[in-house]
Amino acid sequence: MTKPLKIVVLAKQVPDTRNVGKDAMKEDGTVNRAALEAIYNPEDLNALEQAIRIKEKYEGTTVTVLTMGPPRASDIIRESIFRGANDGILLTDRAFAGSDTLATSYALSCAIRKINPDIVIAGRQAIDGDTAQVGPQVAEKLNFPQITYVENVESIENGIVTIIRRIENGIEKVEAKYPLVLTINESAPVCRPRNARRVLKYRHSKTATELQAESNDYICDVRGCRPHLTITEWGVADIDAKAEELGMSGSPTKVKSIQNVVFQVKDSKILTSSDNDVQDLMQELIANHTIG
Amino acid sequence: MANFLLDNKDLQYYLDHELLKKIVTLKENNFKDAENDESAPVNYDDALEGYNKVMEIIGEICANTLAPNAEGVDAEGPQVVDDHVVYASGTQENHDMMKQAGLYGLSLPREYGGMNMPLAHFSMASELIGRADAGFSNIYGLQDCAETINEFASEEQKQEYLPRVSKGETCAMDLTEPDAGSDLQAVQLKAHYDEEKGTWILNGVKRFITNGDADISLVLARSEEGTHDGRGLSLFVYDRKHMAVKVRRIEHKFGIIGSPTCELVFTDAPAELVGSRKLGLIRYVMGLMNAARLGIGAQSVGIAEVSYREGLQYAKERKQFGKAIIEFPAVYELLSNMKARICASRAMLYETANNVDMYKTYFHVSKKRKLTPEERAEMKYHTKIADAYTPLLKMMSSEYANSVAYDSLQIHGGSGFMMDYPIQRHVRDARITNIYEGTTQLQVVAAIKGIAAGTYEEKMKEYEGIKCLAMNKPLLERLTNMRKQYEEMVSYVTELDNANEFLDFHARRLAEMAGHIIFAHLMLRRSNTSKVEGDSEEYHTLTNIYLNDGEAKNNGYASYIKSVNVADLDMFRDIKLDK
Repeated sequence: MTKPLKIVVLAKQVPDTRNVGKDAMKEDGTVNRAALEAIYNPEDLNALEQAIRIKEKYEGTTVTVLTMGPPRASDIIRESIFRGANDGILLTDRAFAGSDTLATSYALSCAIRKINPDIVIAGRQAIDGDTAQVGPQVAEKLNFPQITYVENVESIENGIVTIIRRIENGIEKVEAKYPLVLTINESAPVCRPRNARRVLKYRHSKTATELQAESNDYICDVRGCRPHLTITEWGVADIDAKAEELGMSGSPTKVKSIQNVVFQVKDSKILTSSDNDVQDLMQELIANHTIG
Repeated sequence: MANFLLDNKDLQYYLDHELLKKIVTLKENNFKDAENDESAPVNYDDALEGYNKVMEIIGEICANTLAPNAEGVDAEGPQVVDDHVVYASGTQENHDMMKQAGLYGLSLPREYGGMNMPLAHFSMASELIGRADAGFSNIYGLQDCAETINEFASEEQKQEYLPRVSKGETCAMDLTEPDAGSDLQAVQLKAHYDEEKGTWILNGVKRFITNGDADISLVLARSEEGTHDGRGLSLFVYDRKHMAVKVRRIEHKFGIIGSPTCELVFTDAPAELVGSRKLGLIRYVMGLMNAARLGIGAQSVGIAEVSYREGLQYAKERKQFGKAIIEFPAVYELLSNMKARICASRAMLYETANNVDMYKTYFHVSKKRKLTPEERAEMKYHTKIADAYTPLLKMMSSEYANSVAYDSLQIHGGSGFMMDYPIQRHVRDARITNIYEGTTQLQVVAAIKGIAAGTYEEKMKEYEGIKCLAMNKPLLERLTNMRKQYEEMVSYVTELDNANEFLDFHARRLAEMAGHIIFAHLMLRRSNTSKVEGDSEEYHTLTNIYLNDGEAKNNGYASYIKSVNVADLDMFRDIKLDK
């Protein structure tokens, strides 16, 4: 018998770097966020799916999504609720601006301590920075054990979590006690779609900031701003964090310079369909062991 | 992310259109439900916003799961394992995902776990799915059965079955038998009441049953021993949990391969009577078939849409004589006509859906409160229009789906004939649309009433009264002349002695003439009234293209009708190949 668990999913809103066009970078070498759609970091969706599966398996389990970002990152929380999360918390404060992975994991760990979950699940890495540092750093700060490259949470029995993780030449099955932090690999099951019923029920979920911005919100008038329609927002004051460890001042990473690298095909070779050219190509491919 | 709703501006127009506001207001009990139900919309705009979000999910799943799975489904097909159906793996994945996304029970009432959305949106779901995987749109579309249960079954039955459909259990309508196809009055499957067990028992064989191994099946059976016509038939609901129906085989089909077409053997299968005895065919199945025909209309538009897109893409990419083939008149004319037919079919699809929804919504309201005399009159009016428009929609849109798929394959040239391109699958899938749920020839029979009673004429005249933009005046004038020509032909055919057979003989021509005029009017109305930027001009052009073709055809039909008189029928009847 497994008692109901409290799960926190760490999710990030990222620019969609998968389909980068010419205008993806600005002249100064920073990401041109206006040209790239803001999306749910793909591996965080894998993380959310794992959390929802645990919720479905062990009655009473709750899934809270925690995201740090600008006010519009509330989209990530709505999206999570549509797919099955219970609720979400948006960590947003000017004091968080400019955080590197260390300051981010510090802020997140302060917030997680307040929530006091059994399991923290994060995507392996985000497609904007590709550091894969935040999950492990959060674990260290919380002093929780961590399991990385998770592909599936097999079972949770008697306080023991059994996990399949992806390693270089196969899979590994490991066990751990919770509380713990998991980071989910992209090979884990894809996240379920948004659920139409949940969309109809929770689509008016808003943060206090959003509700204030739309003071004439008819939904709020008619429905009397029901509790489930409000997404929690936390600032620095809400998470008992030390100001000097946040944002720019808490970020030892300094970007010295950025190079705009454009990949180009070099040394291209034009082959015709003549027998000689085909023969040459065959020999080249056999010589470098591409075939044969 | 690819999305079949968001990449289709033409379709998006029908998310908010004509009668919808009234339908939604009625369905939502003037938005009073919102006070107690957090999922209920608070006003019309709020309702639309919610519906749009739901439709976007469908569009996304269609583009990213159903469409990529379609080729594999077509190759693998369903199988019979231990007397039951196992879907192709892609079909199962589609169904699971639709279920997980909570997309079943779209238009069922909330009290039965549904989302209470309009029929237009249910039709739109069928269109989107039809574009992605035509076979799967049957499995999804068979939720029509739940609508029939909602209309005619007892409260107890509704409580039992409708929430299950809302959760994604599948349905089937078991009508056809080896000797009862178009003529359902000949149904033989036997139903008798077992006093001891206190239940109805079904025995016999059904054939060509789409999704025959469904969780919930509506079965047409002969409950009155010794009868031989439709008045001895009743409708039953069979629950798969009884495991008393075996799938003997799945038909090996030309198209819609993912949709399992089953031969079923009922052996002492317990079933519940739906509604009253003897009304099975004459009342309930007629209602069910009309809903199914609307569904085929939606499926047809979906198949036409994907076929057009394949043809358009090929025509842009394929170069011959130094340029893309789309630049040749022979190709761009085909494509423009294909597009115009799709837009015309789509306009008719949502016009019909809304008319059906109007009367059905009033029907449901009438169970809760007494309708006002005005409301009763409105219900009657929309019933009449729905009855006249449904066969016209089914006939024209399914024939168009075939012609569009055919022309698209033609644009592909030799490549289109190869199994490597998806167009061959769309051609095969389209071919059933003008056959099942009543062939085109039977739709014509259903449309005769609209021809003879003047319903089509009445609507044409009503459309002529819509405020017309200056640029559309010449088109309206041509349409008015076409209406006069149609009226002339109708009187010519119906006023003769012995007119019935003569009317039957020319009915297809008359129905198509009416179709061309009404479809064009719906497009012209969009040009005249649309608030979408660029729509007025685009629909002016599309109407023009459609009309050029429709007008020429109507002139041809008029000439044919005039040249074949009653006496000539003997000539057609008597000509035999062996003479």
